[in-house]
Amino acid sequence: MQASDFKSDQYVRFCPGCGDHAICMALQKAMAQIGIPTHEVAVVSGIGCSSRMPHYLNTYGFNTIHGRGGAIATGVKTSHPELTVWQMSGDGDCLAIGGNHFIHEIRRNVDLNVCMFNNRIYGLTKGQYSPTSPKGFVSKSSPFGTVERPFVPAQLVLGAGGTFFARTLDVDMPTTVDCLVAAQQHKGCSIVECLVNCVIFNNGTHAWIADREQRAEHSIILKHGEKMIFGANNDKGLAVEIDPVTFVPKMIVVPADDPRVLVHDATQPDPTLHRLLGLMGQDRIVSVNAEPDNDQLPIALGVIRNVEAETYDQAVNEQIADVREKAKAKTFDELTATLDTFLL
Amino acid sequence: MQLTGNMFAQLAAELGHEISTLPDFPAEIRAPQGTLGGVSGFQVELGSKVYTPGDKADVIVAMNAAALKVCTLGSHFNHPQAHFDEEFALYHRHAIVIVDTDSLTDKDLEKAQYHTNNPFTELGIPESVQIVPVTLTTLTKEALSESGMDNKSILKCRNMFALGLIYWLFDEPMEKAIHLLEEKFKKKPALIAPNTKVMVDGYNYGQNLALSINQIRLEGQPSEAHGTYTSIAGNKATAWGLIAAAEKAGKHLFLGSYPITPATDILHELAARKDMNVMAIQAEDEIAGVCTAIGAAFAGDLACTSTSGPGLSLKSEAIGLAVMAELPLVIVDVQRGGPSTGLPTKTEQTDLLQALYGRNGECPAVVLAASSSANCFDFAYQACKIALENMTPVILLTDTYLANGTALWRVPKLAELPTITPQSVPEELKGHFNPALRDERGVRYWAFPGMEGYEHRNIGLERDAERGTISTNPENHEVMVRARQAKIAQIANSIPDLKVQGNAQSDTLLVGWGSTEGHLHAAADELNCALAQFNYICPLPRNTREVLSQYKRIIVCELNTGQFATYLRSQFPDIQMEQYNEIQGQPFAVERIVKYASK
Repeated sequence: MQASDFKSDQYVRFCPGCGDHAICMALQKAMAQIGIPTHEVAVVSGIGCSSRMPHYLNTYGFNTIHGRGGAIATGVKTSHPELTVWQMSGDGDCLAIGGNHFIHEIRRNVDLNVCMFNNRIYGLTKGQYSPTSPKGFVSKSSPFGTVERPFVPAQLVLGAGGTFFARTLDVDMPTTVDCLVAAQQHKGCSIVECLVNCVIFNNGTHAWIADREQRAEHSIILKHGEKMIFGANNDKGLAVEIDPVTFVPKMIVVPADDPRVLVHDATQPDPTLHRLLGLMGQDRIVSVNAEPDNDQLPIALGVIRNVEAETYDQAVNEQIADVREKAKAKTFDELTATLDTFLL
Repeated sequence: MQLTGNMFAQLAAELGHEISTLPDFPAEIRAPQGTLGGVSGFQVELGSKVYTPGDKADVIVAMNAAALKVCTLGSHFNHPQAHFDEEFALYHRHAIVIVDTDSLTDKDLEKAQYHTNNPFTELGIPESVQIVPVTLTTLTKEALSESGMDNKSILKCRNMFALGLIYWLFDEPMEKAIHLLEEKFKKKPALIAPNTKVMVDGYNYGQNLALSINQIRLEGQPSEAHGTYTSIAGNKATAWGLIAAAEKAGKHLFLGSYPITPATDILHELAARKDMNVMAIQAEDEIAGVCTAIGAAFAGDLACTSTSGPGLSLKSEAIGLAVMAELPLVIVDVQRGGPSTGLPTKTEQTDLLQALYGRNGECPAVVLAASSSANCFDFAYQACKIALENMTPVILLTDTYLANGTALWRVPKLAELPTITPQSVPEELKGHFNPALRDERGVRYWAFPGMEGYEHRNIGLERDAERGTISTNPENHEVMVRARQAKIAQIANSIPDLKVQGNAQSDTLLVGWGSTEGHLHAAADELNCALAQFNYICPLPRNTREVLSQYKRIIVCELNTGQFATYLRSQFPDIQMEQYNEIQGQPFAVERIVKYASK
């Protein structure tokens, strides 16, 4: 299949320069690469810029209400596990108004592919801070700077028992396509945090890594089974150091040829290392005034965690099939025949 | 007490008596026993022409001092100087009151806030009331003295002694009662023998010993049609109506729900019905309950959500989405006393206007109301039929009284239920389908994921009336608002006409809706007047104006401050209507309606 098979006839109305354009194209490419026919794919979204995505994909789509995409997608997938179900959401839709559905779809491990577009701002309502805006962020609804701590999505996902977490960047098309394909291939709730630029209200929010010259030094693309190497000259590697007194582990940058350089294992069930990887470089998004405590640590892109676990939709359907197989009454008339009745 | 009441009602039903029951219990699961707030009651009316659980009891069983006080003083039980007053008492002045005298110790009396040690005098119970003092606790202990059971377990069997006594009083045969008890305790076989022993002892106590009261024999033949019957509670009937509709429609039944009193039994019943291929999801909240259902509807299922008033409030926005996306969805609202947490275990009809109007925008949905515990089945079935055939959310209103109460239900065969034809999409639209395309009734076609060639994008945004894509065009919005309204209005063409019950020739018409049918029917009989009871609320039956305009005096009776009257006046501003309202968390008292209407 071709990416064009997944393009709808709708004119794409993201702002010129918006990072969502790139993710939209990556989605079409990834869907073509996966090769599931358009009529077996359902794309559910909530409200927000990113939630317009279903309109531009030639699949079944449902652009619903703010925050509820996760619950609606859960209903679609659980009732019809044979469908491939995507959820399009943003940092506000997913982490604020839809936070409850978000943690529960992760906890239940519903087999959904969730694209969480993180631009750290409310765009469609014209520029208010979001749950991922750094502390102190000045916006229309925080004219003196926010006073609240933001979420780090990776930490929230792992805290909720997430089985798949990937992070990608709007300007990195190959990594985005790889992450989306891996998300679809993973059985369970796959969260892909798409770092996107809001050219109107939060321009440059990811400049630290989006800028071509800085990217290689400030980010690492994790690949399962490969050494964690990064840098413009591929001369840096990542290792873990454990504090001898507190036993707190932390990521450190070492020379690429250091024997301590880690090999990425996304399938490790224990989330400790995945959390450390997910948190790398996030101190700079926690507060606008933060002095990054380890400027050398790159932001991790790619599939950070990818573990197998039973999915909710599968378990629900299997339980019904099991009970039904053993049941004596399977139809309404057979059911009423089991009642304690009497004739009048 | 709930178990005892249920067993008595079920036996009576199986013996061919009509029944109507009213369980009444505190919101607390283990309310402090012996206190006035902790009284749990179960009211049952049996015989023939039973429309309600009755206003005033002929027989009262008071298991402790607090129950005696609550039954005698009714809603005035908290007034320090209150005496028996027939207006408030739960029994009439010639009733039989059976009291466990072992539970009238000084400590018991103190707990129930008596001021003297003679409860009967203190409560001013008139001499015409036959008080039957029974040492229930002692007799139960004696019955089980050789059972080897511990004291606590023995005391739990006390209710069965009372039940045996009641069976004797109503001259019910013991064999069937024993069989029923065995059925009830099927899963706890160790409890069968002791409970049977106590129940039979209770029966024999009445038969052989000291009771100088006359047995009550129920007269008359049951007036129901011939058929196979069972007794059923409203919530179970609702669940089964949904199951039957799904099978009839050839659809997979999906329930998204969140526990809430008094609707939770619907979730329980459907969660247990995996044998019927039901998918019942306990969602993370009320909103997810309805939203998972909307997801299932989008994917082509018969989707439902069950809730009570507070949950309906939370679901409002999502119901609006289903209206806008024009998806079939059944929302069951088991109404309870409100607003806010209100009276979670009590009955009320106060969600009507919420169901009709409680959404943003011009947001019409179908509203139905069941009017007996048994016909919760029929209206749940109808709700599904209307939703699937008209691509619309349908709100079914029941309430605590119907949900927890039981009634005789004639068990139908699936073949005799009305056909359900879900709205499907014509083959010729393959390749150029969009979600705005409608049939000649104005109902949009339903295509869902998995169907090749009908891929489309559904939305909560306003859509173009022709192309089905997002539209902010001013004229288009008005066209769409009116199209959604017209779609609901045309449903009136396929629902039954409003029937007048009672004396249709009278000048007076009682008007009610939903669960009050039994009480209003009984009141209309006494008043020899007419009754119009509505089950179809939006849209109204086509002959509504015709019926209402025939009567000089119309009294709209409701368990709220006049919500249906307000609605009817908005539809028929030229028709004069009076209101009769009670808002006490209890079903109507027939005598109070009669008293008002006789003015």
